[in-house]
Amino acid sequence: MSVLIGKDTRVLVQGITGNTGSFHARQCIAYGTQIVAGVTPNRGGEEFSAEGPDGKPVKVPVFDTVGEAVRQTGATVSCIFVPPLGAADAILEAIDAGCELVIPITEGVPVMDMIRVRRKLEGSKTRMVGPNCPGVITPGECKIGIMPGHIHRPGRIGVVSRSGTLTYEAVGQLTALGLGQSTAIGIGGDPVGGLDFIDCLKLFNEDPDTEAVMMMGEIGGNAEESAAAWIQEHMKKPVAAFIAGTTAPPGKRMGHAGAIISGGKGTAKDKIAALEAAGIKVAPTPAEMGVTLKSLL
Amino acid sequence: MKIHEYQGKQIFAKYGIPIPKGVPCFTAEEVEAAAKRLIDETQIPVVVVKAQIHAGGRGKGGGVKVVKDGPAAARAAGEALIGMQLVTHQTGPEGQKVRRVYVEQGLDIQRELYLALVVDRATRRIAVMASTEGGMDIEEVAEHSPEKILTVYVDPLIGLGAYQARELAYGLKVGEGSADPKKTIRQFCHIVTQMAELFEKEDCSLCEVNPLIVTKTGDVVALDSKINFDPNAEGRHREWAELQDDDEEDPVELEAKAAGLSYVALDGNIGCLVNGAGLAMSTMDIIGYYGGKPANFLDVGGGATKEQVTKAFKMILSSSQVKGIFVNIFGGIMKCDVIAEGVVAATKELSLKVPLVVRLEGTNVERGKEILRESGLRIEAADSMADGAQKIVALANQA
Repeated sequence: MSVLIGKDTRVLVQGITGNTGSFHARQCIAYGTQIVAGVTPNRGGEEFSAEGPDGKPVKVPVFDTVGEAVRQTGATVSCIFVPPLGAADAILEAIDAGCELVIPITEGVPVMDMIRVRRKLEGSKTRMVGPNCPGVITPGECKIGIMPGHIHRPGRIGVVSRSGTLTYEAVGQLTALGLGQSTAIGIGGDPVGGLDFIDCLKLFNEDPDTEAVMMMGEIGGNAEESAAAWIQEHMKKPVAAFIAGTTAPPGKRMGHAGAIISGGKGTAKDKIAALEAAGIKVAPTPAEMGVTLKSLL
Repeated sequence: MKIHEYQGKQIFAKYGIPIPKGVPCFTAEEVEAAAKRLIDETQIPVVVVKAQIHAGGRGKGGGVKVVKDGPAAARAAGEALIGMQLVTHQTGPEGQKVRRVYVEQGLDIQRELYLALVVDRATRRIAVMASTEGGMDIEEVAEHSPEKILTVYVDPLIGLGAYQARELAYGLKVGEGSADPKKTIRQFCHIVTQMAELFEKEDCSLCEVNPLIVTKTGDVVALDSKINFDPNAEGRHREWAELQDDDEEDPVELEAKAAGLSYVALDGNIGCLVNGAGLAMSTMDIIGYYGGKPANFLDVGGGATKEQVTKAFKMILSSSQVKGIFVNIFGGIMKCDVIAEGVVAATKELSLKVPLVVRLEGTNVERGKEILRESGLRIEAADSMADGAQKIVALANQA
């Protein structure tokens, strides 16, 4: 098994007819993900064409609303490629339609919108990963998002990260060392988002097929510090970490909206100290993420 | 995105938050005329001339002048401020040039309070923080006497409750010592409520009033304003374009933004070109680890074109300090051959003089490496991030 998604997961894509949405929906289908529906208002009734992993044509029905798509196809997970100012509305639609998991990939969603979305998630059965994230992949079974499928291998390492390409770097290193991944989760680089480190660590802790966890944090906020405290208290499996931004100057947003040292808080140094104090091994450089994890096995 | 104090105050006024009377000015003549008008209108002989730059700490840095001797003296204050390089703890040693000032009526201050709204990442809500320690550096207050700061959180579906504003008012005893305590409490609650509405409607990421004063007549007035907007919401706020002051921004960062690149200038000598924010930061870190100093943070994003790569190179080379460039690409969706073509084109077009180390990984990596080799240019290939970082540090140190 794995966490969040697997080979039987039925996925719908909001924004499937757009440039980004259609490109990545095709990549996911080619990987073997069961994309069973697409949603674009005013495009209901169309068919979206793609090719499966065996090269055979796949037809995906397009609906006007998420509610209709869920009712007709039984999709339980929605992956969202809607432009930033419409993304929150798309997420709310997926929550109301009863999706179990919503994965907004969109970068640049206003933080005020995400604050409202978070409030809406409270008390609902929906979980959210993102926004501003690469998505979630269970190698060999299901890829939902924009990560390159081919660098992953099925295996027993859980991966959780605030950054996209840094996750690919870590996964690439793990795969090269012969360490496959159970599930890799990109939680996204925004200050207000869905699942956080602790939520994901809980999932990996309870997943019998995850043996150890690689976690990548970065400057800004204190999610890494909270995770360190949680790991020390509850985690049954080894965790290796890396924190990006040791050389980042204060007060500057480093690409991600959430990656900013403000008021002297959220520095890499503090995060690394908190993780090490909790007994977590922190890779000294981003080139040593894989070997650091391997040393714990 | 930051705006000036006087622009923030104009937004306050729109939401019914009391501000002193004031006039923004660009010349000393305007300052004199504004001072004369304010003194005539308010019958208060005191005006304050305040430098308008985006950095904080203006008072301590000498950017705020209290003028008691009439319009001519205000003009002199304006002459001194406009054109000066104002150095504060937030500007860096080179300071920031003052191009505009704000002339305001003087007020009799009985007490200075502090009010700020921020996005609280832990609760995922807007936090409203208030303190009796107005005028102070709030981070110091937070560190040394956190009990002096009260915080309430706004439910996004309900808005700030009137009771929450009262909790702050009574909790801080804002009526204490006031000439009219009831009025002071009423006005304070009104300001807090309006501020919460402003924060949400205007898509702020920070809204701070330091100090929020109680005057000798018991009135509550926002004596300062600091507003930052959430850049992600730019698309629904056309009015922000008017508020932006390009003189306050780093010109290279503005250029990068226009080209769709994410760029932050740093003070080192090794330029970096990377895809993805986390990897870009990590690349800076590994350069630092091997004893080098990064000259910039640069994320070309997930789908950079040849043109963008060329643009990125130009921006890196706009700093004369740059002694070498490290290109670090983990091509997932982005194809290595496209990046390689961009690198070759940029190197030729700019007739690159500094050493260049390129590390490519991911989709079409073999083809990418081939393009670099076949170019005949002096491009050092790296096998890994660590290899690349070590190579560029060594090369930059030789240069």
